[in-house]
Amino acid sequence: MTLFLFILIPIAGGLLAWITAAWNKELPRWIALLVMLFELVLAASLWWQLDDAARWSSDQWIDTFQRPWMPRFGISFSLAMDGLSLLMLVLTFFLGTLSVLVSWNEIKERTGFFHFNLLFVLGGITGVFLTMDLFLFYFFWEVMLIPMYFLIGIWGHANRTYAAFKFFIFTQAGGLLMLLAILGLYFVHAHSTGVFTFSYFELLDTPLEQNVGRWLMLGFLIAFIVKLPAIPFHTWLPDAHTEAPTAGSVILAGLLLKTGAYGILRFVIPLFPEASHFFAPWIMLLGAVGILYGGKLAYAQTDFKRLVAYTSVSHMGFVLLGAFAFNALAWQGVVMQMITHGISTGALFMIAGSLYERLHTRELGKMGGLWPALPRMGVVSMVFVMASLGLPGLGNFIAEFLILVGSWQAQPVITIAATIGLVVATIYSLRIMQKIFFGVSHREYKLPDLSIREGLMMAPLVIAIIWLGVYPQPVINAVKPTIPAIVQAPPVQPVPIAIHPTK
Amino acid sequence: MSTTDLLSLMPLVIISGSAVIAMLLVAIKRNHRIMHAFSVLAFMVAILSLFVQPYAVPYVIAPLFVIDAFAMFNTGLILVAGLSVLFLSFKYFEQREERKEEYYILLLLATVGGMVLVISQHFISLFLGLETMSISLYGLIAYLRARERSDEAGIKYLLLAALSSAFLLFGMALVYAFTGTMEFEGIGRYLKSIGTVPVTVVAGFGLMMIGVGFKLGIVPFHMWTPDIYEGAPLPVAAYIATVSKGSMLVLLMRFYRDIDGYEYTILWWVFAIIAMASMFVGNWLALLQQNVKRLLAYSSIAHMGYILIAFLAGQLAGQEAVIFYLVAYVITSIGAFGVLAILSDKVRDAELLEDFSGLFWRHPWLATVFTGMLLSLAGIPLTAGFIGKFYIIAAGVDAGLWLLLVLLVVNSVIGLFYYIRIIAVMFQPLTDKAPILTRQALPFFGVFALSALMGLLIWLGVYPSALIALIRDMMLTMG
Repeated sequence: MTLFLFILIPIAGGLLAWITAAWNKELPRWIALLVMLFELVLAASLWWQLDDAARWSSDQWIDTFQRPWMPRFGISFSLAMDGLSLLMLVLTFFLGTLSVLVSWNEIKERTGFFHFNLLFVLGGITGVFLTMDLFLFYFFWEVMLIPMYFLIGIWGHANRTYAAFKFFIFTQAGGLLMLLAILGLYFVHAHSTGVFTFSYFELLDTPLEQNVGRWLMLGFLIAFIVKLPAIPFHTWLPDAHTEAPTAGSVILAGLLLKTGAYGILRFVIPLFPEASHFFAPWIMLLGAVGILYGGKLAYAQTDFKRLVAYTSVSHMGFVLLGAFAFNALAWQGVVMQMITHGISTGALFMIAGSLYERLHTRELGKMGGLWPALPRMGVVSMVFVMASLGLPGLGNFIAEFLILVGSWQAQPVITIAATIGLVVATIYSLRIMQKIFFGVSHREYKLPDLSIREGLMMAPLVIAIIWLGVYPQPVINAVKPTIPAIVQAPPVQPVPIAIHPTK
Repeated sequence: MSTTDLLSLMPLVIISGSAVIAMLLVAIKRNHRIMHAFSVLAFMVAILSLFVQPYAVPYVIAPLFVIDAFAMFNTGLILVAGLSVLFLSFKYFEQREERKEEYYILLLLATVGGMVLVISQHFISLFLGLETMSISLYGLIAYLRARERSDEAGIKYLLLAALSSAFLLFGMALVYAFTGTMEFEGIGRYLKSIGTVPVTVVAGFGLMMIGVGFKLGIVPFHMWTPDIYEGAPLPVAAYIATVSKGSMLVLLMRFYRDIDGYEYTILWWVFAIIAMASMFVGNWLALLQQNVKRLLAYSSIAHMGYILIAFLAGQLAGQEAVIFYLVAYVITSIGAFGVLAILSDKVRDAELLEDFSGLFWRHPWLATVFTGMLLSLAGIPLTAGFIGKFYIIAAGVDAGLWLLLVLLVVNSVIGLFYYIRIIAVMFQPLTDKAPILTRQALPFFGVFALSALMGLLIWLGVYPSALIALIRDMMLTMG
C-alpha cells in the first residue's frame, strides 16, 4: 500500500494545488512542498530502516503491491520496490522538493497549474521507478510526458514552444517503438507458455529466438537511449533543458534522463540477456562516443544552460558504457552515476537559474568576474563544477571510477577512449568557473548573494555530493541485491571489437 | 409481424414514432425549447427501452433484421451519441436565425437510418437504412441555408452520396445475380460452397466497397469529408463523424464476418491498402490545415485507417479492438466538436486556430476538455484513445501485421504534430487583443454534456475493464 501511496499522493496533491490556486496563489507552493517533503521522509525512512547489510542481501524485493487492472490482457497494477527503485525514489523526492523551492520566486503566474504539472510529472516518474508490469510501465512512461510538455511550453524561455514540441515528439516516437516491442514480447511469451501477462517477473524467463530477441531488445533500447539520451538521439535535450524553467531543467536532467538509465538496467538487460550481450560492444562504443562528443559540444557552448545540458550527454555516456560492461563493479558505478549526476547537474541548473534571476542572461560571454560579488554562490558552484569533472572526494568520482574499472574488464580499448572523456570534462568544467566567476568583470556588479532560501536549497545538495563521495557504502549496499538479478544472464564472453590487447 | 418482433425493435419504433410526433408538434406550435426537450426525451426513452428485453437474444426477424448483443450495443452507442449531439445543439441553433424545429425531426430520422444499419443482415435493409440516413443528412448538412458553405456542403454531399449509392446498388445487384441471395449469411454460404470468389462477385464487392468507403470517409473516397465537416453545422458534423461512420462500420463488420471475408486474401489486400492510404493521406493533409474543422476531418480519415488495421487483424481481438476504438472515437469526436460548437457565436463557428488562442486562461474547463479530447485522439495515456490504440496494436501484433503497425506508429507521431499544435495554441498567454468570438455565457447543457464525455474519456482510460469485458462477452456470443 505504501508503494501505491508514493504515486497517489503527488497526483492527489497536484489536483489539490490546482484547485486551491483559485483562492490563494501561494497555497499551491506550500501544498507541493509539504507533499514532496512527506514523500521524501517516507522514502528516506524506508531506506533508513532497511539500511543494514544483512537485511539487504537476503531478499531483493522490499515491498510489493498488486491489484488486477485489465484482466482481459493480463495487466495488473503491479508495483514492487527493491534497492534500485528505492534509491531512485529518494532521488526523485529530494530533487522534487528542491524543484518546488527553486520555483518559489521564479514562477509567479498560474502557480496552481504549474504545481499541478510539477507534482504530476513527479508522480509519473515515481510510477516508472516502481512498476513491475510492462503495460503499466509504458503507461507511466507516457503519463510523465504531458505535464513536462506543459512545464516547458508554458513557463519556459523564449523558444519554449519549439523545445517542448521537439521533446514531446522525440520521446513519444521512442515510446511507441517500445510499446510495439512490449507487445511483441507479450505475444511471444503467450505463444510459448500460453499465459497472457505483462508481468515483469513472468516475462523474465520468456524463451526468445535469437532474431526476435534482438529486434525486441532494440525496440526497448531506442526508447531508453532517446530518453538517456545517447548520440544520435540527443538533439532534443539541449533545447528542452535550455528553454525549460529551472524546476523543469532540474527534473529533466535529474530524473527524466534517469528513467532511461533505469529502463536499461531494469528491463533491457534482464529481459534480453542474449541480445544485450550481442550488442554490448556497439552500445559501449556509442557510450564512449557520447562521452567525448558530448564533452566537445559542451565546451563549444556559450549558453550556460546549454553547456550543462551537453555535459549530461557526456555523463550519460558513462551509463551506457557501464550498463553493458556486465559486471557488478560497473553496475554499481552506473547507479552511483545516476544519483550523483542527478544531484550535481540539478545543482548546476539551479545555479544557472539563480544567475539568470540576477543577470537576466545565460550567455557566458556577458558574465565574468562574479566571484567578488557572489562569493557564496561561487563556492557552491566550485563544488559542483569539481564534482562534474570527477574530483576525488565528491560523488561523481566514485561513479565514474567504478564504471571505468568495470568496463576495462570488458572492453579495454573503448574504456581508454572513455577515460579521455575525464580530461574533456576537466576542460569544459573549468571553463564554467573561468567564464563566470573568474576573469575580468565587465561591469560593476551589485548583486545579492545567495538568499536564505537558496542557501537552504544548496546546502543539502553540497552535503549529499560530499557524503556520496566519502561514504558511498549505503548506496552500494542498497543495490547489491538487485545486481545478481541483472547478472543472472548467461555469462557469455562479449565479442571484442577490433583489436583486443589480450589476443 | 408478431408482438415480440415489435418489442424487439422497440428503440427503433420509439425513435421513428417520435419523428412523426415531432412533425405534428411543429404543425401545432413552433417552439424550439419544446422540440429540443421532446427529442431528448425520445432518445432517453429509447435508451431505457434497450434494457428491457422480453425476448431472447439473438432475435432474428427474417429475413431483414437480426437483434443480437452486438446490434444492441451499437444501437445504444448510436443513441448515446445522438443524445450527446442533441445536448450540444440547443444553444448552437438557438442563436441562429433559421427555423430550428425541423432540425430535430431530421436528426431523429437520421438516427432511425443508423439504427436500421446496425441490425441489418440483408441488402434491402442495408439500403433502406443507408438512404434514410443519407437523405436526412442532406437536409441536416445544408440546414443553415443562409450560409454559402453550408449550401455548398449539402449539395456536394447530395451528389456524392447519390453517386456512391448507385455504385452500392450496382454492386449488390452483381452479387445477387451471381449468388442468388441478398442475405449476408446466404452469400457467405454460397461462396464457401464454391470455395472461391468469382470475378463477378469480386466486382460486386468492389462496387459496394465504393459505397461503404464513401460513408466511412476512407481514402480514396474521402474527398467530401473536409468540405462537409467545414460547411455543416457543428453538431451535424459531430453526428456525421460518429453515428454515420460508426453505423456503417458496424454494418461492414457484420457483413464481412457473415461472408467469411477473412478467408479471401484479395479482400484483405484491398482493405490493407486503403488503411495505409487513409492513415498517410489523413495525417499528412491534417498537418497542413489552419482550420480546426478541416483538421478534425482529415484526422478522422486517419482514424478510420487505424480502425481498419484492427479490422484486418480479424479474430476476436481485432473485432473487440474495432468496437473499443469506435467507442473511444465517438466520445472523443463529439467532445471535440462539442467544444467548437459551444464556443461558436451567432456570426460564425469557432474554427480558426486563432479562436483558440489562450483559451485555457479564458475558459479553463473547456480548454481542459478539448485538450483531453485531442490527447485521446493522439493516443496518450489516461484517455480512452490510448487504450483504444493499445487494443489495436495488441490485435495487430497478435495477427503479425508488422508493416501496418510500423506505419501506424509513424502516423501516430505525425498525428502528434497537429494535435499538439492546437494544444500549444490554447496554452498561449493571453494577448491584449479581444477574443474574436463574442460569446459570453456558456450553455449549461452543453458544458454538462462535455463534462460527462470527459468523465467517460478518463474513466475508460483508467478503468477500461468493464467495457472490455462487455465487448468481449458480446463478441463471444456473436461467435
